[in-house]
Amino acid sequence: MDHEKKNAPLKTAGFLDNRCTRRSFLKGVSIAAAAGSASLVTGGCGSVASSEEAKLKWQEFFKKNYRLMTQEEKDATVTRLERLSKLQRGLDIQMSNQEPHNNVLFGYAFNITRCKGYMDCVEACVQENNLDRQSKTQYIRLFELDPGQLDPTSGDGKYFHEVPVKDKFYMGVQCYHCENAPCIKACPTKATWREPDGIVVVDYDWCIGCRYCLAACPYWGRRFNWGNPVVPKEEINTKQHYLGNRMRWKGVMEKCTFCVQRTRQGKLPACADACPTGSRVFGNLLDPDSEIRFVLKNKKVFRFKEELNTDPKFWYFMD
Amino acid sequence: MMTTNPKKGLIVFISDCIRWSLSGGVVFYIYLAVLLALMGAGIYAYGRQFQEGLSITGMSDIVSWGLYISNFTFFVGVAAAAVMLILPAYIYKDKDFHEVVIIGESVAVGALVMCLLFITVDMGGPIKVWHMIPGIGLFNWPSSILTWDVLVLNGYLALNTLVPLYILYSNYHNREPVGWKYRPFVFLSIFWAVSIHMVTAFLYQGLPARPFWNNPLLGPRFLASAFAAGPAVIMMVLIAIKERTSYTIDSAIFLKLKRIIVVAAVINLVMLFSEVFKEFYTFTHHSLAAQYLFFGLEGHNSLVPWIWTAIALNITGTLLFAFDPTKGNPRYLMVAAASLFAGIWIEKGFGLIIPGFVPSPMGEVVDYTPSSFEIFITLGVLAAGMLVVTLLIKPALVILPRYKEGHLEPETAGL
Repeated sequence: MDHEKKNAPLKTAGFLDNRCTRRSFLKGVSIAAAAGSASLVTGGCGSVASSEEAKLKWQEFFKKNYRLMTQEEKDATVTRLERLSKLQRGLDIQMSNQEPHNNVLFGYAFNITRCKGYMDCVEACVQENNLDRQSKTQYIRLFELDPGQLDPTSGDGKYFHEVPVKDKFYMGVQCYHCENAPCIKACPTKATWREPDGIVVVDYDWCIGCRYCLAACPYWGRRFNWGNPVVPKEEINTKQHYLGNRMRWKGVMEKCTFCVQRTRQGKLPACADACPTGSRVFGNLLDPDSEIRFVLKNKKVFRFKEELNTDPKFWYFMD
Repeated sequence: MMTTNPKKGLIVFISDCIRWSLSGGVVFYIYLAVLLALMGAGIYAYGRQFQEGLSITGMSDIVSWGLYISNFTFFVGVAAAAVMLILPAYIYKDKDFHEVVIIGESVAVGALVMCLLFITVDMGGPIKVWHMIPGIGLFNWPSSILTWDVLVLNGYLALNTLVPLYILYSNYHNREPVGWKYRPFVFLSIFWAVSIHMVTAFLYQGLPARPFWNNPLLGPRFLASAFAAGPAVIMMVLIAIKERTSYTIDSAIFLKLKRIIVVAAVINLVMLFSEVFKEFYTFTHHSLAAQYLFFGLEGHNSLVPWIWTAIALNITGTLLFAFDPTKGNPRYLMVAAASLFAGIWIEKGFGLIIPGFVPSPMGEVVDYTPSSFEIFITLGVLAAGMLVVTLLIKPALVILPRYKEGHLEPETAGL
């Protein structure tokens, strides 16, 4: 099977050269049928480069759900996607399929005393995760609240003025990576799931775009690609992860992945890295010496909409 | 195949049905042309949506389901309502209902075709729908209610296609349909009808994220409104047949349908009142969606005129049916049925779906207005459903009376 796949692009190219005999035509029919249907899907024409593109897209279309792939299949799809990025955008990317580490469960804590609403986290997230610039997609929202409230729904999520403002405080919201996530339960195709390190991810290729998960999320943690996302080529973050910040397309769901491409390499998520006030604490909940464990032990923490029993891995605390 | 005349096999049956489906007068062809034109416009609009994405609709990350899912929800009810004819016709052997049960089932098939089309046009990746097929894809059953809905809708479509097909096929060959061959499926389809509507309600009801939907009354209310609006649709179809064709429909059927509609519509109104009481007697955070729907919220009130129109139409329709001075005049009943149908269509369509999303879980309020593309696609789907109903009913209107009269002569076709 693998052997056939490797040879196929050459054969297809030969067939499309249009200098073949009747016999080689008949030989090539099955492959040509595949390539032809692929070009129907992609609208490609007959050049060698686009037939390679059509071939890769065809293989991509019929691949399995990520969780059912063997390591070889995961590596193969990553290689294909890197090649497709080169063919389609002329961009060299490095795509990882780094698995979760053992004994890691990621958790997040947000200091509502310290946050001053500068929005550096939002900006860093947009850059890091290749978010659509056209529809101004944001995974993180900051809400400006009056004292006497602890509920972002009563705050202003569209503030546009100099911060900090006297007598206001700020709460950041994003996907809370619930242990008991309603979105995962809702998905009809198992295209979204919780990884062993606690990150709730989407297999963009497997998502059919029904948006039931979006309706099921009590935290508005999910975003849909209503059109094709637009990111200027020079701004594309080329360090990507299959389950993270690789380029999405129209009709699929996406969300915060705790920057899986960074955090599985031992780095902080872009938002925590960028925060100028140190309001964002991220770490391994299973490591007793981690900062997140210190916060959970020594601060008074709370979670948003605790009554829904979603068990988020995201806490708020005060100094 | 055991037939009295080998010439009248399946192929002849199908070709006769197609011939009867497509034969008619000038008015009929104008009607067909209008449906086809609407479908053409819908296909064009869908082509644009397929190319550019759902961004050409009025939906957003806050109101992420719109006109498509609203109509889907409503027409599941219309499909389920065929049971109100099936139950008396096949189980209680009601003669009057038996005359029209196949028409009711055809309406159900058309409604289901619309439902499946509405789901398809709403999907971001319709060509990836095979990801849901067990075996080659991953079917998140029983966890996801959406997978239950896929099962019950397709199952109900199969039941409502095969049973009438078998009966018509037998009648076409001048035979009485054999009871044990179809009656078990009729029983099944009765439970199935309730299940398609309960499961569709559970899609919404099971989401604590959306307090407006997360309400145990939603399922029962879906049934009540379906058993009012569905028979109203069937009544409109029957009146159209009575007025426009030579097929005789006994007026007793209208009186019986009227009784069903009145009971269901009154139960629906009682439940609506109960919901409104709960939302507004002790106004909580969870009542904001109802506030948005009935009175507007933070200056956003695009649904307010619609919902009050719907309630007015609902009450008018119910009263017209309940106190009918004409004792079953078809034109009077047409007005009553149209009024109730439109009222429930608004209330259970976008009057139910949109407020589920507003305010958003983060408290944000936006208005939703469907785009013209979205409206054209919706009209195209409605036209497709009407076409299916029409093409299914027309052969039945030829076969049934001929069988009753005991002489079936396919060559003298036409209505």
